[in-house]
Amino acid sequence: MSEAVWITGIGLASSLGEGVEVHRMALREAGLRPVVDETGFAPFPIHPMPALAFDAQIPKKGDQRQMEPWQRLGTYAAGLALDHAGARGLVGDMHLLVAAGGGERDVALDEAICAELAALPPEEAGALLNERLANGLRPTLFLAQLSNLLAGNISIVHGVTGSSRTFMGEEAAGAEAVRIAAARLAEGRGEVALVGGAYVAGRWDMLLLFSTSGGLWRGPWAPLAERPGGGMVTGSIGAFLVLETERHARARGARGLALLGAARRGAARRRGEDSARASAAALAEGLALRPGHAVISGASGAPEALAEERAFLASLAGAGPVRFTADLLGHGVEASFPASLALGALAIAEGLAAQALVTGFGLWRGEALAMLEEA
Amino acid sequence: MRDHLGRPLVAVTGMGLVTPLGFGREESWQGLLAGRSGIRRITRFPTGHLKTTIAGQVTLPGEEALASPERVERMAELAAAEAVEQAGIGGRFPGPLFLGMPPVEVEWPQRLDLARAGAGYPAMIAAATGRLGLFETFLFGGIGERLAERFGTRGAPVSVTTACATGASAIQLGLEAIQRGEAAAALCIGAEGSVAPEPLVRFSLLAALSTRNDEPERASRPFERTREGFVLSEGAAALVLESLEAAEARGAEVLGLVLGAGERADSFHRTRSNPDGGAIIGAMRAAIADAGIEPAQIGYVNAHGTGTPENDKMETLGMRAVFGEAPPPISSNKSMIGHTLSAAGAIEAVASLLTIRDGMLPPTINHEVPDPAIPLDVVPNAARPAKVERVLSNSFGFGGQNVCLVLGAAP
Repeated sequence: MSEAVWITGIGLASSLGEGVEVHRMALREAGLRPVVDETGFAPFPIHPMPALAFDAQIPKKGDQRQMEPWQRLGTYAAGLALDHAGARGLVGDMHLLVAAGGGERDVALDEAICAELAALPPEEAGALLNERLANGLRPTLFLAQLSNLLAGNISIVHGVTGSSRTFMGEEAAGAEAVRIAAARLAEGRGEVALVGGAYVAGRWDMLLLFSTSGGLWRGPWAPLAERPGGGMVTGSIGAFLVLETERHARARGARGLALLGAARRGAARRRGEDSARASAAALAEGLALRPGHAVISGASGAPEALAEERAFLASLAGAGPVRFTADLLGHGVEASFPASLALGALAIAEGLAAQALVTGFGLWRGEALAMLEEA
Repeated sequence: MRDHLGRPLVAVTGMGLVTPLGFGREESWQGLLAGRSGIRRITRFPTGHLKTTIAGQVTLPGEEALASPERVERMAELAAAEAVEQAGIGGRFPGPLFLGMPPVEVEWPQRLDLARAGAGYPAMIAAATGRLGLFETFLFGGIGERLAERFGTRGAPVSVTTACATGASAIQLGLEAIQRGEAAAALCIGAEGSVAPEPLVRFSLLAALSTRNDEPERASRPFERTREGFVLSEGAAALVLESLEAAEARGAEVLGLVLGAGERADSFHRTRSNPDGGAIIGAMRAAIADAGIEPAQIGYVNAHGTGTPENDKMETLGMRAVFGEAPPPISSNKSMIGHTLSAAGAIEAVASLLTIRDGMLPPTINHEVPDPAIPLDVVPNAARPAKVERVLSNSFGFGGQNVCLVLGAAP
C-alpha cells in the first residue's frame, strides 16, 4: 500500500443497540450476555433487531417505506458511520462499497401461495402462480429487497455518490468490499470510502436458506465454544466503516481510530490440502503480527470452519485472547466481516489492544484476514 | 505499455458470447450486424396472467429442471470457455475471476416442492434442513466458486452487482486489478438468467417492460418515439483481460484495449436519474478522462439504450452534454438482444470491440418513427461501415448505478 488507510468512523447497530458506546462496553465486559430471541423463530435462536429511531438517520418516511428491514438497518448504520467520522461533508466524492445478500421476501404471500399451489400438478400451478404473484406482490417490494438497493438507498438518503459497488457471496462479500475499498484508497483513487453491510436475522426466508446447510443452531443460546457439534446463530447487524487515507484525515483533523494495515482474502476449496487453514496461513504470510495481538474472530459457528480457524490461530506465534463477534452480536453473514473490523478498531481505539487480527472464515467458503494497528 | 497515468495498459485477448441470437461470439455478432431480433414469445413456462409474455431466451439443454442460478452458471461457463479458448490459455487461468451476476434466492419450484410437507416456512425449513444441494445452488457465492474451480482462476472469486451496470462493473474490477498490479490477467464475466415468472411480474409492477406481446421482434425500440419499455432477456459474455505486456510476452493476439472506466452514483431516486443528468454525464466524462482522451476521440457509442422512455431521454441528454452539437453515432444492441440486465454491460463491451474489429456499427432496429426529442444518429435499422478507433459503452442501472467503459483498438 502506498497511502496509509485509517478507519475514521464506525457505524454499528445490532441487537445490543446502536453506536460505538454500547459496543465498546460489550468488548470490555468479558461475560456479557447477548440479546437473544429464543422464541420468535424457534427452534432457532436469533439476535433481534434493536429498537431504532429510524427518523434520526432516514428522515423521510417515504424513504423508509421503500426499504425492507435490512436496507433500513444498513442505511441507518451507514449514517452512524458518517456522523462518527464527521464525514457528512465528504459524501459527494466518497466511494461506496456494500456487501449484500438478498431474501426479505413477502413471507405471508409466499406461505399463502404455497398453501394453495403445492398440491397442484405443475401445469396447473404455473398459471395460477402468475396470477397470485401479479395480484399479491407489492410494487415496492422488488426494489426493497434488491441486493444493490442498500447502496442505492445510502446514495439517496446520505448523498454518497463517488461510486457504488455491491459485492455478493455471503461472508466473503464483506471482506471483498473492505479489501477493494482499502486498495483503491491506497493507490490514490479517492480519499474516503464508506464500506459495510447489513443483515436481519429474524427472517424465515433467510433461515430457510441457511437451514439447508444443516448448520443452524437449535434450542437455547450458548456461546460459540459451548455448542456441541457446532451451529450458527444469526444476528441482526448493520455495520459500516469510514475508511480514509491518513493524509486526508490528518488534513481535516479527523481522528484515526485504527490503521488498516492489511485486508486480504482467499478461497480454499476446503478439500484435502486445499484447506481453510492453509488458505489463511498463506494470507497471514508477511503480516507483522506481534505477540499478544488481539484476535477478533468472525467465526459463524460452523464446526468444520471453526476447527480450521482454531488450527490456523494455533499456528500463529503469540496470538492473544480470541473474541468471537458472533458471541456478542450473532453471525451477520455479509455484515460479519465489517462488524468484526469495527469491533477490532474499537478495541484499538480504546487501548484494549495495540494490534488486532480480524478473521473471517465463511460458513461455506472464503477466508479473510485484516490487521489493525494503532493509528 | 503504460497509459497516461503510468498504469499498465490492459488488453483484451479473449471474448465469448451467449445471447438469444446464438451460442458463441460470431453467431451473436452476425445476428447483430444483420439486424436480427432475438425476442420471442416465452415458451419456457406458462404466461397466463402475465402482462408481458415476450422475452429474449437462451434455450439450454435440459433447461426444464434448471433454476436461475444454474442457468446463469451454464451461460457464464459457455461464454468463459469461448473467451479462454480464444485467448489461447490452457490449464489454470493466470488471474482472478470477476463475476457480474444477479441476486439469487430459492425459487418457486423448490419452494412448492418443500411446501408439500406443509406450507408454512417452519414446515418448509424442516423439509429443507440439511439439503446441501439446495444450499450450494442458492448461496450467492456458489456460482463464482464453481466457475473459479472450473477455470482454475487464482485467489478468491469476486461477485458483483450494480443492477443493469453489473457487466461493466465486472470489467472495471478486472481492469483495476491489472492496473494496480494485483494480477497480470483477469477473467471478467457478466451473466443473467432471470427470465422467470416472478422477475417478469416484478418488472411489470414497476411499469418497466414493453407489452407489445403480439409483435415480439418489434417490441424493443430504443430511441424510437413509440418505445414503451424494455424487453427482459438473458445471456452471458466473458472477456479475458491481460496487461498488454503480459499478452505480448506470451505472443497472444491482442483484440483490443480497455482504455478506461468511469462511474458515478446518482442520489435522486431508486429507478430514475436526476433530471439534470449529472451522474450519467459524470460517468461518461469520467470514463473518457480515465482513458486520457477527449470526447472528440470517441468514434461511436454503444448505448445503454433500454427502450424505456426515461432511459433513452436521459442518455440523449448525456450525449449532448458530453459531445455537444455533433455527437458520434450511437446504437443499442438491446433493440435486438433485449435487456440482459447483469450481462448487458459485458455483452455490449464485446460488441464494442467487435465493432472496432470489423469496422461495422451494429444498428438500432425497429426505428420507424423518430423521436424529435432524440436528435441522435442511432444507426437506424441497418448496420453501417465505419472505421472506429475508440468506443464508449454506457451502462446505467436502478439504484443510481452508472458505469461507462472506453474500449479501443489494439495498438
